[in-house]
Amino acid sequence: MSKTIDKVMQGFFLLCGLITVGCVCLITFYLIISGIPAVREIGLGKFLFGKVWASTAKEPLYGIMPFILTSVYGTVGAIMIGVPIGFFTAVYLAKFAPGWIKKSVGFVVSLLASIPSVVYGLVGMLVLVPAVRELFQIADGATLFAAMIVLAVMILPSIINVSVTALDAVPKKYEQGALALGATECETCFRVSVPAAKSGIIASVVLGIGRAVGEAMAVMMVSGNVANMPKLFGSVRFLTTAVASEMSYASGLQKQALFSIALVLFVFIMVINFVLRKVTLGGDGAK
Amino acid sequence: MMKRKILTAVMAVSMAVSCLTGCGSSGGAKGTVTTDGSTSMEKVIGALGESFMERNQGINFSYNPTGSGSGISAVANGTCDIGLSSRNLKEEEKADGLQETVLAIDGIAVIVNKSNEVADLSLEQIAGIYTGEITNWSELGGSDGEIVVIGRESGSGTRDGFESITGTEDACVLRQELTSTGDVIATVKSNENAIGYASLASVDDAVLTLSVGGVLPSSETVLDGSYAIQRPFVLVTKEGKELSAAAKAFFDYALSEEAKEVIEGAGVVPAN
Amino acid sequence: MRWETTRNFKQAAWKALMLVSALITCSILVFMIGYVLGQGVKGLSIDFLTTKPSYLTEHIGILPDILNTVYILVVAIAVLLPLGVGAAVYLSEYAKNDKVVRVIDYAADILSGIPSIIYGLVGMLFFCQFLRMETSLLAGALTLVIMNLPTLMRTTRESLLSVAKGLREGGYGLGASKWRVVRSIVIPECLDGMITGCILSAGRILGESAALLFTAGFAHTLHGFFDGITNAGATLTVALYVYAKEQGEFQVAFSIAVILMLLAVIVNMSAEIVKAVFKRKKEG
Repeated sequence: MSKTIDKVMQGFFLLCGLITVGCVCLITFYLIISGIPAVREIGLGKFLFGKVWASTAKEPLYGIMPFILTSVYGTVGAIMIGVPIGFFTAVYLAKFAPGWIKKSVGFVVSLLASIPSVVYGLVGMLVLVPAVRELFQIADGATLFAAMIVLAVMILPSIINVSVTALDAVPKKYEQGALALGATECETCFRVSVPAAKSGIIASVVLGIGRAVGEAMAVMMVSGNVANMPKLFGSVRFLTTAVASEMSYASGLQKQALFSIALVLFVFIMVINFVLRKVTLGGDGAK
Repeated sequence: MMKRKILTAVMAVSMAVSCLTGCGSSGGAKGTVTTDGSTSMEKVIGALGESFMERNQGINFSYNPTGSGSGISAVANGTCDIGLSSRNLKEEEKADGLQETVLAIDGIAVIVNKSNEVADLSLEQIAGIYTGEITNWSELGGSDGEIVVIGRESGSGTRDGFESITGTEDACVLRQELTSTGDVIATVKSNENAIGYASLASVDDAVLTLSVGGVLPSSETVLDGSYAIQRPFVLVTKEGKELSAAAKAFFDYALSEEAKEVIEGAGVVPAN
Repeated sequence: MRWETTRNFKQAAWKALMLVSALITCSILVFMIGYVLGQGVKGLSIDFLTTKPSYLTEHIGILPDILNTVYILVVAIAVLLPLGVGAAVYLSEYAKNDKVVRVIDYAADILSGIPSIIYGLVGMLFFCQFLRMETSLLAGALTLVIMNLPTLMRTTRESLLSVAKGLREGGYGLGASKWRVVRSIVIPECLDGMITGCILSAGRILGESAALLFTAGFAHTLHGFFDGITNAGATLTVALYVYAKEQGEFQVAFSIAVILMLLAVIVNMSAEIVKAVFKRKKEG
């Protein structure tokens, strides 16, 4: 009796373990199955490198180059703004800030991480977009630039949290050694602690890239959402928002093309994931 | 010991629930009406559903505002009872065995910021703005400022209606392509050079509604057709497929005399 | 001497950079929170929280959305808990093949990196259409289960790693079967990981919108539990999105945002408390 139970439970646990693998297969399977037909019909080259997206025109064109470029530019911009701020904040919190500041800022940062992305979009739409318009004297503030800022703010929490954890994990004796050799606090920090925490910090950046590429709801509200080739102060549409904004109305080839966009997005994410894994595993190996 | 027992109990219950929920997929339980579709119809369908449920205790009415396109395909797939579309059905959709019943007519209001001095535009002028031929308010008698043209995403019933009447299909040069009525109104409200369009039922005092060719949109001008930019609100059903008793009751109620008042209350004009 | 000056200058510059960055971060934090509170608090009332919306009277209340959130949380956690804990137990207690562990680990990594919009699409295709659940809270909850599996698996596994080997071996030494050891020794010891994982998952579920839009829909109808999970419904976050986007009711949206932030505080604090309590227990 107890042997049977043992066997059954072992089966149950094995099943649970394999569920994650199953889910990944399921997601990949569905995205490929539903994403391939449109690519086949449109042609891979035309789909990926076409510069015009006019999905409901009489002679529809499905080129997603604008979305790909926008996603790439937007992410790069967000990283360029967000990473320095996040990195230096993390170093300050981990190495210089007094305990109570570290604790309270840490708490608020994790709060920032749990604010729904829609709220970022809402605040961006009501505050940032008009501000960008006034500041740069342009006709409308819903631009790639506004989206970059919103994304930069949204990736801050993950960059700060992961980097602080990595910096905290640097063995104290490294730093003590450097200080004993006469290095200043800052030299110790940037020449010893930061290099030692390198893999964690890089992981935080890659994680941030993943967040930025995958974010849909917030950027939809601040980027203007027109399928133009990207310009810093122009209205743009991201890969994610292309899916989100047309999905509910789409039918036929248009809908299939949206699934193909999701597939492209998925490939992007897989590449980022792969890099992330390489980075973190490489770091573990070095220790 | 105690801890362990509680834990086992919790695990057991949660497994049981997961089994239950796993098997309990729904198949349109008795006494429910499911509708799915146009976001522009939210107010009128919401109001109709509510008054319908007041009259028919025990019937559950649900509305999923997903958009005309997905509402139509939901009926075709049989995932809802009645589809809601804010445009007429296309020929190929009718060929798929779908049937349309016009419930009401909605005016599409052309809106600008309150500080805008322009109060009237002709259809040609509107078309000129949306195709990018007219780019500055000064060309229309307003103060100098680049026109910020705001439209809806492709597939939106409002966009379909607007573009087919102004003759700007596939030719619109937009600055922002927003995905909902609320976004359009909010953006026009915050940008003094913006122009947009939205369902008359949703427009309020926060923005300025323009008259088109000298006619302001109102229920009278929409009904007699003198206000040009209008589109139908359509109930979509599948030909040859019997509606459930509850769905039939709602369908009949929506088209009845009683419902007229409710439809008007929601800001649109009953069709019959 | 010159060298010392540049050195001091560099030191000051680095410090300034850090302080400025920290200040920027803090001001963004304070601004976000302050703005949302400032816009949203005035809309909160008992009436707002305890009534359902009416199109006839143009009244807005968020009781249905609160209930939908609770339903989806209950269903999602109830399914998630056995699966996530099971996966973690398998990895640390049963799996003998290193390759299998690595594959599962990698799969979990991939899952946690997938954007929610993709979960939404696949959830729609698989649960709503293929399994014919239609747009329902159930379909939404199951989509969220997949999303949160890696989180719960990871936290549970971490706390399993800290279970002393001797305890297990003692169990086997007494002749207990594997399941007996797992049930009576291993699982009770990873309670803290389970709870933390559930809390974190709950936090993520509370904030989710993109994955739910296409799977759970956004109706505001009031239902009991069993009707609720088979019907379409909006959670608080989705309701926030709908009120802001479709109806332009920004006041309502911000009020919901205040509630969500409050819940986020509760979630974060309880995760901290759980950690602290169990840490003390394990040490003491």
